[in-house]
Amino acid sequence: MRKPAAIVGQVILYGAFAAFIGYFATAPTYHQIPDDVALIKLSISHLGDRACRKRTPEELARMPPNMRAPLDCPRERSDINLELDLDGEPVFRTVMHPTGLYKDGVSTVYKRFEVKAGKHQLAVRMNDNLIVPGFKFVKEEEITLAPRQVMVIDFNPDQGGLFFK
Amino acid sequence: MSFHAALRNSTKSVFLRVEEAFDAPFGGQDNPLRHLGAMGLFLLWIVAGSGLYLYTVLDTGIDAVYNSIGYLSREQWYLGGVLRSLHRYASDGFMLVMMLHLVREWAYGRYYGFRLYSWMTGIPLIWLAYVAGIGGYWIVWDELAQLSATATTELLDWLPIFSEPSARNFISPSAISDRFFTVLVFVHLGVPLLLILGLWAHVHRISHVDYLPTRRVMLATGAALTLLALLRPALSNPPANLAIVPGDLAFDWFILFIHPLTDLSSPAIVWALLFGLTALLFALPLLPHARPQPVAVVDPANCTGCDRCLADCPYAAISMTPHPGRPGFKLAVVDPDMCAACGICAGACPSSTPFRRRETLLTGIDMPQLPVDALRRKLEQTLAQLDGRTRIVVFACARGAAAGKTLAAADTAVIDLICTGMLPPAFVEYALRGGADGVMLTACREGGCEFRLGDRWSSERLLGEREPHLRHSVPPSRLQVTFASAHDDEVLSTALAEFRIRIETLEAASDRLPPYLRRAPHHA
Repeated sequence: MRKPAAIVGQVILYGAFAAFIGYFATAPTYHQIPDDVALIKLSISHLGDRACRKRTPEELARMPPNMRAPLDCPRERSDINLELDLDGEPVFRTVMHPTGLYKDGVSTVYKRFEVKAGKHQLAVRMNDNLIVPGFKFVKEEEITLAPRQVMVIDFNPDQGGLFFK
Repeated sequence: MSFHAALRNSTKSVFLRVEEAFDAPFGGQDNPLRHLGAMGLFLLWIVAGSGLYLYTVLDTGIDAVYNSIGYLSREQWYLGGVLRSLHRYASDGFMLVMMLHLVREWAYGRYYGFRLYSWMTGIPLIWLAYVAGIGGYWIVWDELAQLSATATTELLDWLPIFSEPSARNFISPSAISDRFFTVLVFVHLGVPLLLILGLWAHVHRISHVDYLPTRRVMLATGAALTLLALLRPALSNPPANLAIVPGDLAFDWFILFIHPLTDLSSPAIVWALLFGLTALLFALPLLPHARPQPVAVVDPANCTGCDRCLADCPYAAISMTPHPGRPGFKLAVVDPDMCAACGICAGACPSSTPFRRRETLLTGIDMPQLPVDALRRKLEQTLAQLDGRTRIVVFACARGAAAGKTLAAADTAVIDLICTGMLPPAFVEYALRGGADGVMLTACREGGCEFRLGDRWSSERLLGEREPHLRHSVPPSRLQVTFASAHDDEVLSTALAEFRIRIETLEAASDRLPPYLRRAPHHA
């Protein structure tokens, strides 16, 4: 039979164990970004263009009839050039490389930018074939970001290229 | 002394002090700090049991998971709500106990030699526990789940393992589907199952495993967590909305601490920390440490194949094979990689009795660094030198209190043992019949044996509850068992003084055993 003092000691220690768990299981609270800040997520996954070459009639004639594809496209994909400006200031520049051992996979980018909530001028430029100079896809827009809003910059060729949502 | 050794020793000292302080209210058997592994398993069973109920009522779907779990807390708080809270708090408790267990085992130097296997198999379990814990938070699909899912995938994307960023799966409300939660639930079931399988491997090379703490500890822990669940029920944060960043969140720092750490530093730093710490844990056994002691050696000529060493070995280092020289008999075989060199097997061997009349006492299984023959010679020499009114022989655990320094005197001899479990009980009778007025055995505090079971086996053998047992003809009044740790020198001195007074107040020769002289042709 345990002494009363030992029982009291056990109650205190088990109580402290439960209190320690109970407190740190929920507190202190955590917030990831300040309340007046919004988040821009740049997330693009796209297959770069291929540098195809048109076969000459002589080349085609030398090929078996069932393999006479007019274009000779290599397996490799082009790097993708991407630029992002916010309020006229360049905030991000990158060249996305294709994935895969043969450089034939998608090129991807995922970046998050914390910006003050409010109106901003956002410009995104992308070129998926570096043989061609300039930018094939451009999206420039004035955006209004609410506090803690997440705005995504994505790319989908079926939706006209670059888009914000 | 190296920095590592100094750090380890100071941490060990802190653990020892706190454990000894906890012994006062709990006692050794119920002291949670001395049974952290068993505590962890108990908490895991609470997690598993409560999780099974949650699984049965969970609807998988983006809104359905949130609503079905929220329903439990709101409408069924008395059962589902309590079980949900228990599930969370027991998980947090498991993490806490697991980390304490890790630090304690390191502090006590239990990561090399025969413990290498348990150490190595324990490290991956930490990863599995955190994977299961973090994944569990996602299932609720509230703002905390959203934060964790986004932060975890962003952290994973820093590693070159996915061709497309996995964080794209949580980029907008339309990015996830109901089926995601079906997969998540299966992952949340599968990883804990792997964890349990890993735990089986973790304790595989230990015998007489404490799979659970004592009933008192389980009841008290369960009651404390249930009370916590009632007073502070686990609730969801607002539902996830991937279009906004969560605001202030009630945050679980036991499991999700990695997210603020990443926000404060960077994914590169966090991965460097995680992989670095894991590599360090794996590499710890390579650091300089005490040289291994010689392992137990079997003497086939004296091994009767009785199985007692097999039954008592705390580390499953002994197996039995057919005896090569005696058909129908078995022979003990020691696995040197698993042998702790504690000598508990020598104490269990019936052939270790000192009453055998051979000049050299050869036993079935013995310790090269302290054979039972040397122990008997030491005892005989000691008995011959003892002088005084009340002569006491103290058999002391070398890893407990410093009995030799504290107790040795003209009338008190101290014989150090590797572990008290290595003392064949017959040595107590042999000492009393050889001239000692009393025998004192000092073992480590209950639950504090370096070799897990030495104190327990010693007590049970002396009480006649375990073979080989002390003969019932030995008067209990002339035997004193004291449990004392390295900080308990004063306890030892007091216990010896009280024992001496007790013997001296006994009626003269009322219970004295007849003398036994091994070398005499006829003894009384």
